Amino acid sequence: MEYQWNWGVFLLPSAVNDGTYLDWMIAGLQTTLLLSLSAWVIALLLGAVVGVLRTVPHRGLSGVATAYVEMFRNIPLLVQLFFWYFVLPELLPTAAGDAFKALNPIAQQFIAAMVCLGFFTSARVAEQVRSGINALPRGQKNAGLALGLTLPQTYRHVMLPMAFRLVVPPLTSEFLNVFKNSAVCSTIGLLELAAQGRQLVDYTAQPYESFVAVTVAYLMINVVVMLLMRKVEGLVRVPGYLGGK
Amino acid sequence: MITIDKVSKHYGNFQVLTDCSTHVNKGEVVVVCGPSGSGKSTLIKCVNGLEPFQQGDIHVNGTSVGAAKTNLSKLRAHVGMVFQHFELFPHMTIRDNLTLAQVKVLKRDKDEAAEKGLYFLDRVGLKAHAHKFPGQLSGGQQQRVAIARALAMDPICMLFDEPTSALDPEMINEVLDVMTELAQEGMTMMCVTHEMGFAKRVAHRVIFMDHGKIVEDDSKEAFFANPRSERAQQFLAKILQH
Repeated sequence: MEYQWNWGVFLLPSAVNDGTYLDWMIAGLQTTLLLSLSAWVIALLLGAVVGVLRTVPHRGLSGVATAYVEMFRNIPLLVQLFFWYFVLPELLPTAAGDAFKALNPIAQQFIAAMVCLGFFTSARVAEQVRSGINALPRGQKNAGLALGLTLPQTYRHVMLPMAFRLVVPPLTSEFLNVFKNSAVCSTIGLLELAAQGRQLVDYTAQPYESFVAVTVAYLMINVVVMLLMRKVEGLVRVPGYLGGK
Repeated sequence: MITIDKVSKHYGNFQVLTDCSTHVNKGEVVVVCGPSGSGKSTLIKCVNGLEPFQQGDIHVNGTSVGAAKTNLSKLRAHVGMVFQHFELFPHMTIRDNLTLAQVKVLKRDKDEAAEKGLYFLDRVGLKAHAHKFPGQLSGGQQQRVAIARALAMDPICMLFDEPTSALDPEMINEVLDVMTELAQEGMTMMCVTHEMGFAKRVAHRVIFMDHGKIVEDDSKEAFFANPRSERAQQFLAKILQH
C-alpha cells in the first residue's frame, strides 16, 4: 500500500472542531516555548546560586550544593517528572496539596513540568557556573579581597562577570537541551509540541507530515536560540581577552 | 607598622612557614628574597590575611590579622597589594578597575573615585589608556595600573608579591621605576622580589628566607656585604653572577 502524502492536512478543521490542525501545532509550539523559557529562567537563577555555593569556602554550604547537583542530575528526567506531578502533591501539607489539585488540570501539568525541568536543568547550569568560576585565575579572587571587597562583593563584581562569560558556549547547549527535554513532559499529558504531533497522528493518520512539522518546529527553535546566544557572546566579549578584539 | 610574630603555617603535614618573626617600620622598604618554595610569597600573603596561619600573629598598624574578630576586609582596604600576574579585572576598563574598590569599599562617590584613580594613573604614566581594557595593555603597563589601583585606596603600606617576575625584561624597569619613586616618597613597603639591583638601591632591610624560615634579617649593607648564613651566600653568588 502506498503512503498518501497530504500536506493539506494542517488546514483541515480538527476532529473536535476547535480550529484547524495547524492551530493544534501552533498551540503546542506556544506551550513548548512558554514551558521551556520559564524553566530556563528558574534554571539560570537556581543554577547560578548553587554553582556559586559549590565554590565557597564553607563545607556545609558547598556540601548542600553538591548534594543538590548530584540528586537532580543523576535521577532520570522522566522519574523526576512523575515525582513532581504525581508524588509531591501528596507529600505537601494537606492545604497546599489540595490547592494544587484544585487548579485546572492544564495548569497542574504546566506547573509540575516547569518546576521539574527548571530544577533538572539548574543542576546542569550549576556545574557550568562552577567550572567557569574554577577556570578563573586564582589570583582574581585574591585581588578582589586584597582591595577590601568582601567575598560576596568579589563574586559579584570580579569573579562572576568573567565566569559567566567563559561559560556562555556550554550554557548555549543547556539552553538548547531545555527545549528538547520539554518533550518528555508530554508523558504527564501536557500538550506541548511533541504531544500535539502525536495527537495529530491519532486523529488524521498522517504521521509523516505531522512529525516532519514537529521536527521543523524544534529545528527553528534551536536556530533562533543559537543565533541569540551568538549575539550574547558578541555582546559580552571582552576586548583584548579570549577571542575579543 | 607591620609586626610578624612567630608565625607558623602548615598544609596538613607540610610545614610552609616556621616561626617567622620580623617587622617593617613606617617608611621602611623591606625586600624579601630567597629561593623558590622558600615561603616568601606565603609570608607576604599572611600579612593581609589572604593566607591563614595556624600559629603566631601579625599586626598591621596595631590590628591583629590572626584574631577571629578582626574585619579583614576593612584591614585590607588600607593595605595595598600588587601581584605577580597583575590581576586587573579583565572585563572592566582601566578606569573602572581603578574606581571599583574606592566606590564599593571606601564609599567614595563615582566622580571623586574617578578623579583619584586618574590622578594615580597619570602618575604611573598611563593617563591616555583610561578607556582601554587590561587585555589591550602590555604586561608592564598592566602592572603599573595595578600599582595605581592599590594607591588609589590611600594605603598605609604596600605589599608587592614578585611584581616583576611575570614581565619581559624590557618592561621590568618601568615597574621598578614606579616602585622606586614610591619608596622615595616614604611609602612603607614589603617586597618579595628577585631584583637585587632594586634591593641594593631602594631597600632599607633585606630578609632572606629558606625552607619557610627567616634565615637573615639585616640592613641591606650588611646583607650584601657580608651575608651570615651559607645558604644566603650561595644564593647571592648564584644570583649576582649575571
